[in-house]
Amino acid sequence: MDRRDFLKHSGLASGYFLIPSFLKPLETLGINEGVTKKRNLIVIQFSGGNDGLNTVIPYNNDIYYKLRKNIGIKKENVIALDNELGLNPAMTAFKELYDQGYVSIINNVGYPNPDRSHFRSMDIWQSASSSKDYISTGWLGRYLDSQCQFPYQAIEIDTNLSLALKGKKLSGIATKNAKQLFEETKAPYFDSVTSYIKPEMLDEDNLGYLYKTMLSTTSSAKYIYDTQKTYTNISEYPNTEFGRQLKTAATFINSGLNTSVYYVSLGSFDTHVGQLNKQQDLLTQYSEGVSALVKNLKEANTFDDTLIVTFSEFGRRVEENASGGTDHGTASNMFIVGAQLKKKGIFNEAPDLVNLVDGDLKHHIDFRQVYATLLDKWLMADSTTVLNEKFMTLGFI
Amino acid sequence: MATPVEHILHLYKRFGFGISLEDAKLLRPKKLGEIVNELFNASIVSTGLSAVSIDSIPKAKDAMTEGMNKKELNKMINLYSENLNTDWVKQLVNTKAVVREKQTLFWHNHFACRLRNPYLMQELNNVHRQFAFSHFRELLFNVSKHAAMLQFLNNQQNKKQHPNENFARELMELFTLGRGNYTELDVKESARAFTGWSFNKDTFEYEFKEKQHDFDKKIFLKREGNFGGEDIINIIMDQKQTAYFLCKKMYAYYVNDVVDEKLVKELADFYYLNQYDTDKLLRKIALSDWFYAPKNRGNKIKSPIDFLVTLNRQFNIEYESNTTLIVIQRGLGQLLFYPPNVAGWAGGKSWINSSTLILRLRLPSMLLNSGVIDIETEDDDPDDGIMAMTKSSYKNYKTQVNWEKIITEYKTTELDEVAAVLLGSKPEEELKTIIKADTGSTKELILKLVSLPHYQLY
Repeated sequence: MDRRDFLKHSGLASGYFLIPSFLKPLETLGINEGVTKKRNLIVIQFSGGNDGLNTVIPYNNDIYYKLRKNIGIKKENVIALDNELGLNPAMTAFKELYDQGYVSIINNVGYPNPDRSHFRSMDIWQSASSSKDYISTGWLGRYLDSQCQFPYQAIEIDTNLSLALKGKKLSGIATKNAKQLFEETKAPYFDSVTSYIKPEMLDEDNLGYLYKTMLSTTSSAKYIYDTQKTYTNISEYPNTEFGRQLKTAATFINSGLNTSVYYVSLGSFDTHVGQLNKQQDLLTQYSEGVSALVKNLKEANTFDDTLIVTFSEFGRRVEENASGGTDHGTASNMFIVGAQLKKKGIFNEAPDLVNLVDGDLKHHIDFRQVYATLLDKWLMADSTTVLNEKFMTLGFI
Repeated sequence: MATPVEHILHLYKRFGFGISLEDAKLLRPKKLGEIVNELFNASIVSTGLSAVSIDSIPKAKDAMTEGMNKKELNKMINLYSENLNTDWVKQLVNTKAVVREKQTLFWHNHFACRLRNPYLMQELNNVHRQFAFSHFRELLFNVSKHAAMLQFLNNQQNKKQHPNENFARELMELFTLGRGNYTELDVKESARAFTGWSFNKDTFEYEFKEKQHDFDKKIFLKREGNFGGEDIINIIMDQKQTAYFLCKKMYAYYVNDVVDEKLVKELADFYYLNQYDTDKLLRKIALSDWFYAPKNRGNKIKSPIDFLVTLNRQFNIEYESNTTLIVIQRGLGQLLFYPPNVAGWAGGKSWINSSTLILRLRLPSMLLNSGVIDIETEDDDPDDGIMAMTKSSYKNYKTQVNWEKIITEYKTTELDEVAAVLLGSKPEEELKTIIKADTGSTKELILKLVSLPHYQLY
């Protein structure tokens, strides 16, 4: 491609700013300096509100079948876990993980005064606020603020960065493709401006902040790209977008990237209409995806250092609606997958279908207790600093 | 006395979306007072948005009887939502009433609201615009009695038997006093005063439902009486804290993220004394010496909308598809009519993270070169309308730019002057040398400038 063509395509002449880079961003920042490798936390978000009751099914509860005449999962199809609860038939691969003692199911997770709006409830889960507070940072972003130095320490396998990973001082980095991210930051304009930046420019004003972000983005992109290159992932994953995202996360982990948090989303679970097929398809993707991920991590001996947590912004109404679906609800279950569980299997009591509030389940565990447990016991952070409040931790790890 | 060009540029960047060098030079011989007057007078007219009419979208129930399924209805709602959004973006790009639109954007964020009803969203937006410069009390009454806000903050469920505190709480926390200036008891008591504030489900007109209203005595901010909602708002307006809270936010919006407490207090005194006359307040800011102080110039990070609108005004970009505008807003983190929550967009440095910065630095050269815009957006949630509707990977969004005109405008201009128009802060001397050293054409120079981090500032 000649110079004119390049200008036409990228908007900028290739190789302009042909000056020696008197400062190399990597050296300046010391990309791994002071970063101690902690364990990996993979957060999987079910977007749209997953129906917890058709995921972990109270298959011996008459009320369940009474309220779900059309979409109740037939007893004979449920994959029994104990004599109360069983998994959705789509989750056979997940059941294998369960049988190996890699799964802990936490029932009845929610928060006081639940909000049934997708965006508000997701906002609450991602920022870890109460339902009457508005916080513009995410819980993992504040984890970054509290003890990390570089964006790459929390990676969202996606194009846009979720609120969950946005901190006040430091935010995570979003990428689906390390090579593409690297190339974007290697674009002539980006590259040459970053090599021109000097330490004294990195002050607290907004231009300094932009320079700093450019520099840390460039460094992180290069670091992620260079590191993940060292590992060739030949493991097989389901041929879905979600499968590919998990594979990317596994590649990053197995290549030894100094990243603590990975964030992946699967959706949409908003099953107002025709729930059965839609949810089963998504749960199949989930179950087979996570199963492949665990296998891949075990091959590389990284599963022991990894914990996978799954949540959704809310569960769904106990009673089905008239369109073969369910409407927005409240409390639901969370899955913890890992090899280091202190309490394997079903963590707490099954949902109480008798004492409902406006037709919805009552929560017994605040989701911030789960976060506090992950922060204190897995990421070795201080949950009180990150969550701005002390929450009782739980015994699943 | 003539006015320095850099002051004119600053005024137009902050109270509008920029001005061309040519136009700024024409204004130079005039006094600042005259320039400010002209700028504000151009905003006397208020043109509302009209993408959606009251009967554009059938009610869910009627839609079903008309044989429309939920999917089709959603599609229809999304289409109107997209039109509403892009109509506003186009108005921002094309209007002469820039101060009014700038202040409408301020209220859009201040009274943040998000509903799956584009008609109500449009009507609330038109209230923000119509009363943008009014006495704040008038705006507040119109917003508080608006169906969109009553619905969004659950005041439909605020009844004597079961008060719902949502509206009362946000009224004080986010719209007027700010946190720490009222008690939980004040929230409870004022919520009772707003019981029965409702709207007609067909016309969306405000309705007072006497049967649901609690006529008993309330104690609010140390006053006692059988208060109704109007009394509560009046008592809140009597608090000087309300003037302070609003002035602080407007100072951060127009002047500097880092607020000067002394100046904010002065502005608050002025605003309070003038019965919250927003027009007077904004003119006062625009006429103050301190507004033009170097430390207040070129130091703010553009919001995604400021960024997009300014870029379009500077280069007259034509888009083959409206969807491009939606995709860009999403990618940059500010989709109009979709604030993240009732507190609005946090603004300032929070606009910038690795992903948004890469996009911001690449976007101008992509758009100006009719290039491929490779933003991928995901489909999180079909209930969430256009926030999620643009599922696409690496689509080509075509744009057109009349470069000849732009090159003619800038051809004979010094680098410093071009930079002063396009950029917020001046590029450092060394950076300038580097830019100049390897620059072939005017087009290349401009593309380089708009790809600098300095272009993110204004």
